[in-house]
Amino acid sequence: MASQPHEVEDLIRRGYEHGFYTEIESDTVPPGLDEDVIRLISRKKAEPQFMLDWRLAAFRHWQTMETPRWAHVHHAPIDYQAISYYSSPKAKKDGPKSLDEVDPKLLETYDKLGIPLHERAILAGVAVDAVFDSVSVATTFKDRLAKEGIVFCSFSEAVREHPGLVEQYLGSVVPPGDNFFAALNSAVFSDGSFVYVPKGVRCPMELSTYFRINAANTGQFERTLIVADEGAYVSYLEGCTAPMRDENQLHAAVVELVAQEGAQIKYSTVQNWYPGDENGKGGIYNFVTKRGECRGARSKISWTQVETGSAITWKYPSCVLRGDDSVGEFYSVALSNLYQQADTGTKMIHLGRNTRSTIVSKGISAGHGQNAYRGLVQVGRDADGARNYTQCDSLLLGDKCGAHTFPYVEVRNPTARVEHEATTSKISEDQLFYCTSRGLSPEDAISMIVNGFCKEVFRELPMEFAVEAQKLLSVSLEGAVG
Amino acid sequence: MLSIRNLHATVDGKAILRGLDLEVGAGEVHAIMGPNGSGKSTLAHILAGRDGYEVTAGDVELDGKDLLALSADERAREGVFLAFQYPVEIPGVNNTYFLKAAVNAIRTHRGLPELDAMDFMKLVKEKLAVLHMSDALLKRAVNVGFSGGEKKRNEIFQMALLEPRLAILDETDSGLDIDALKDVAEGVNRLRGPDRAMIVVTHYQRLLDYIVPDRVHVLSGGRIVKSGDRDLALRLEEEGYHWVRDQAAAPA
Ligand SMILES: Nc1ncnc2c1ncn2[C@@H]1O[C@H](COP(=O)(O)OP(=O)(O)O)[C@@H](O)[C@H]1O
Ligand SMILES: [Mg+2]
Repeated sequence: MASQPHEVEDLIRRGYEHGFYTEIESDTVPPGLDEDVIRLISRKKAEPQFMLDWRLAAFRHWQTMETPRWAHVHHAPIDYQAISYYSSPKAKKDGPKSLDEVDPKLLETYDKLGIPLHERAILAGVAVDAVFDSVSVATTFKDRLAKEGIVFCSFSEAVREHPGLVEQYLGSVVPPGDNFFAALNSAVFSDGSFVYVPKGVRCPMELSTYFRINAANTGQFERTLIVADEGAYVSYLEGCTAPMRDENQLHAAVVELVAQEGAQIKYSTVQNWYPGDENGKGGIYNFVTKRGECRGARSKISWTQVETGSAITWKYPSCVLRGDDSVGEFYSVALSNLYQQADTGTKMIHLGRNTRSTIVSKGISAGHGQNAYRGLVQVGRDADGARNYTQCDSLLLGDKCGAHTFPYVEVRNPTARVEHEATTSKISEDQLFYCTSRGLSPEDAISMIVNGFCKEVFRELPMEFAVEAQKLLSVSLEGAVG
Repeated sequence: MLSIRNLHATVDGKAILRGLDLEVGAGEVHAIMGPNGSGKSTLAHILAGRDGYEVTAGDVELDGKDLLALSADERAREGVFLAFQYPVEIPGVNNTYFLKAAVNAIRTHRGLPELDAMDFMKLVKEKLAVLHMSDALLKRAVNVGFSGGEKKRNEIFQMALLEPRLAILDETDSGLDIDALKDVAEGVNRLRGPDRAMIVVTHYQRLLDYIVPDRVHVLSGGRIVKSGDRDLALRLEEEGYHWVRDQAAAPA
């Protein structure tokens, strides 16, 4: 296999499949950020006063804050005045009411991404709230959900149609001043998804959103809020792809989940934003705040994520276990290839009694990729009988990449049990040779070994997502042999 | 069918094979014996295409094709199979899934349609019976938590599924109890046929009571120093390798 280094280079150079750009007239605000811009955003979206006040308070707070520096990532300072904070594709009328009204070019873009919206929605029974840049352009299956009393719509629509719910829950899990990026998001967030599942209702389908960053230099500030009322159940899928661009693009989303007594929320993410080129140029900066609160007793929140994209990922989906006997789970696969940097992990905050959490993190580093797991397990004074199990495995492909583990444990209750296991391994020559000697190509062999490594996480994903995640991992690993 | 001429190979600059010649005809089973460290596994790995060995001289042909020009996976698809001395564990990869991928990679190369799950399981059941292997092993991850004997059975089971042209068994007998040894031998003997050549690397002549070889070779100092029929194996067992080595050192 003396020829491998060449194959590796060829494969690495094979471009990012989703790198194309749709020419659509955008309604874009000039770059820069001040209170006027925020007023403009709020006005364009015809928001009620409480929303504007909330944004302005967040903005004022943000101005007093500094970029966090503790993450194991490196990038040039971001010029927040060079970013445009609002962009929406121009629709024929005010907004499309059905797929027919959606710009065909937009739909074509989704097709190229392998998301045939109508087919996907109809055949797979998935309701899709597709987010294109900042404005939701198509929502399907809303009627069926509405029959169950479920609200699934764009955030803007929720602000208009269900202001009471929004006002009650917005910022109740991630307060506007939580961290630098969350504060920025709270000030300027453009759109996102809103889900409310009423008491005792089991959402009859997987809810799904595809994010996509398109217009040049447009920061993307999504905001998602999912509320499962007492005894409700919902499974939400989030998938992202972005076209290739040279400039680094900032993405600072906020996701808030609220699970009331006995409710369950399953939140799955497959993220493959543009990671940058083989020299580490370009790519998405993904600075996300995701947090769920198990507010009621016996509630459960489960995060499953497969992260293969972005130049820099900074992301810690967390669970606040407030209700007694509530359960938090975090299953993660994070891959960094090329020059990608990922600093990701979770926080499990045990406040209630007999709260349980499970963390399974699988980090894969290839090329010059740097992968860090950062996890906090915190057990409060009153959390009698709290239990955590953490398993944190790293896999290295090649010798130019790195894996780092930063586990933090703070226990203030003597009855708590916290277990942590960590391993780091390399794909060995022996494993590779064993597979190739059975006729598998080196690429198939690596993909098989890596998928085996990730198995515990993949089996947490909804079926069709698991298949997609495996494919994505194989594509992202192309050229990682060596 | 297999023809090795004047093969020289080094590892980290250290010469391991120094002018090895070997001809194995179709339908034949050859045993290779030799002291520890004589280069038996090295030969097996070089034939199967493992990285990390430098062939400094000589050539290897399989059915007239230059084997050394092919990568390990290409060789496997051309019909080379190595039963490992130390089978490798692959956590999280289901054994059945692995085997099906291997069978289909090879079938595709041979221009045959891929087997679907049903046909594959039929094939599996058929081959399992011969080896008295429990199908529980198929549900586990590749070699993970297998006992030494289970790993070796699994290797022969793979061989039975993949139906190679050239099979190389590297000390498949070591660590097996007598029942396992018989099962493995049975599996190997069933595969003997006019279109297939086998090289059986072993330390002990015991295996050769069950797999009767057409030829026996002694590898020492990186070369075949003596060849004969199966009586040679019996004599080696009685007298050790010293007499061959001494003989080889003496001028012919
Ligand atoms: N990777 C390696 N690096 C250095 N020396 C090696 C390596 N692999 C094998 N050798 C050496 O090559 C010689 C032959 O080894 P091997 O082929 O395993 O012998 P056998 O299988 O006959 O016992 C031994 O001296 C062994 O130490
Ligand atoms: Mg050996």
